[in-house]
Amino acid sequence: MASQNGAILALDSVSVSFGGLVAVSDFDFTLGKGELVGLIGPNGAGKTTVFNIITGQYEPVRGKVFFRGRDITGWRPDRVTCAGIARTFQNMRLFEGLTVLDNVLVSRHSKLRSSMLAAALNLPGYVREEQVARTKAMELLDRVGLMDLAYTEAGSLPYGQQRRVEIARALAADPEVLLLDEPAAGMNPEETARLMEFICGVRDEFGLTILLIEHDMKLVMGICERIRVIDYGMSIAEGTPEEIQGNPKVISAYLGEEACEYA
Amino acid sequence: MPDKFRKTILTVIFIGFLFVVAWLADNYLDEYVMRVVRTGLIYVIAAVGYNLINGIAGQFSLGPNGFMALGGYMVALLMLPVEQKEFVWFLQPLIWPFRVFSLTKPFFPLAVALGGVAGALGALVVGVPSLRLRGDYLAIATFGFSQIIIVLANNLIPVTNGALGIKGIPEYANVYRCLAWAIVTVIITSNLANSSYGRAMKSVRDDEVAAEAMGIPIFRHKLLAFVVSGFFAGVAGGLMASLITTVSPSLFSFSMTFNLLIIIVLGGLGSTTGSAITAFAFTLLSEALRFVESPITIGPIDIPGIAGMRMLVFSLLLVLLMIFYRRGLFGKKELSWDWVVSRFGNSNRQGVGTWPHKTEQS
Repeated sequence: MASQNGAILALDSVSVSFGGLVAVSDFDFTLGKGELVGLIGPNGAGKTTVFNIITGQYEPVRGKVFFRGRDITGWRPDRVTCAGIARTFQNMRLFEGLTVLDNVLVSRHSKLRSSMLAAALNLPGYVREEQVARTKAMELLDRVGLMDLAYTEAGSLPYGQQRRVEIARALAADPEVLLLDEPAAGMNPEETARLMEFICGVRDEFGLTILLIEHDMKLVMGICERIRVIDYGMSIAEGTPEEIQGNPKVISAYLGEEACEYA
Repeated sequence: MPDKFRKTILTVIFIGFLFVVAWLADNYLDEYVMRVVRTGLIYVIAAVGYNLINGIAGQFSLGPNGFMALGGYMVALLMLPVEQKEFVWFLQPLIWPFRVFSLTKPFFPLAVALGGVAGALGALVVGVPSLRLRGDYLAIATFGFSQIIIVLANNLIPVTNGALGIKGIPEYANVYRCLAWAIVTVIITSNLANSSYGRAMKSVRDDEVAAEAMGIPIFRHKLLAFVVSGFFAGVAGGLMASLITTVSPSLFSFSMTFNLLIIIVLGGLGSTTGSAITAFAFTLLSEALRFVESPITIGPIDIPGIAGMRMLVFSLLLVLLMIFYRRGLFGKKELSWDWVVSRFGNSNRQGVGTWPHKTEQS
């Protein structure tokens, strides 16, 4: 196991079960600052469950989650996000009734210092804060190339653009660790290529640490420095993309699935 | 910035215009019509407040009649003259602080605001346990709590005088005061709905899981919306007590909540201006429709007067609206100066219609 020194995020033998079903068991994992790591595995392997444990959606039955050395096990999701871990969702959960800009601004709300009364009365202090938040959100939308669509209802955008809104929304929370759950799902090869460039770009620009779940092997092998493979809720391998590609355990885990798909 | 300034000027002019209209109406229309207008303005306050929790925060509450009752009784207890209090509570004396004092006319706005505070406190007490529930369960819990408030009003005789109610409240809720409260309610609620807090509430409405993952404490924001909503319900109840000059448990029955629910659904859940306009129109219409309850003769057919025919007409309207305008008359949209100008303004002022793009990038 990698040493926990210098790790920004660490999972210490974490287990989660639903009823009798063990979704993730004894999962150890560390993420060093500035790393870009892929989490892969067949469908239903427990990848998203790992995300849900980190962000506080699920509380592990055993084990602990550390963020910058602090035990954040059992924290409510909003606290985890404010501490510096933001995520996107596999099945995109945009606020569909809100505009693209408002979607991004929601993530800035936890940074707001003004009281609700100041906001309801439009006091100068609040107006200034709102202006700063809007500027910041517009910058992020510019970064993901959606500035022109800022005032469009998010639910009416095509799939690929909604994915980009999700990433902008997560970035607006000023995270140190960004968890991307299948960012390339539903994208064509050209969009995926641009997404890869984008992910590497924002990592350098914002000094992010990124953990991503992805089925698109070209993307995972192309940008991740390290890959963790999980199957039936258990870690089966970890290593560089080259090591993973040649690992017999990984091949067998995936072959079963592919055999089913071709049948 | 100049555009924002222009909008403020427009709003101020519009408010002045409303007061001029109110003055004209007060001087030239008869007492009956003015009563309807005042009731309409009070319904505006109640509906706009109710829309905040149901439409903007998306939490299905069925409690506003309870919070209106709290506000109504608060204003009654504060404003009723001391001699009248002795007269009303002839079976059991009124409890202490209220027995010995009453507020004079200049303090009426304070009494209404305290009625709002009573509603807000009620909402806080009800909200803490029940806002952990969602959807239908929340509706049932809030319905239960508002029924408890009404049952208490029926039985806490030293405070509420029970089912007999409280009579002789001074009628200070004139059209100007009702209008002023309605304007304050609409401005504060729409500011709030458009603020960062309003966005957080709407995000909770659209997707709780995502809202929480974006750093929004969801329970806290539901409770904030619920308490503000309770405040305006209390204000509306207080004004209504002073308009009708009596309060009794039956005044704040569940049918009040039902009317408000019709209003906010008709107006478009989530639209503050939609709720305000629909509330006023609904009140006027329900009075105008009184003729359907009187005996009518159409040619050879004699229709006897049937009480409750109005509700039949409303139900039909509601059914038709739900078929043809499923999201209500306004949907989630607001009637704003941007919209008015872009719709009716001439071409050389087109910039105002696209205002958000211009200033907010700076």
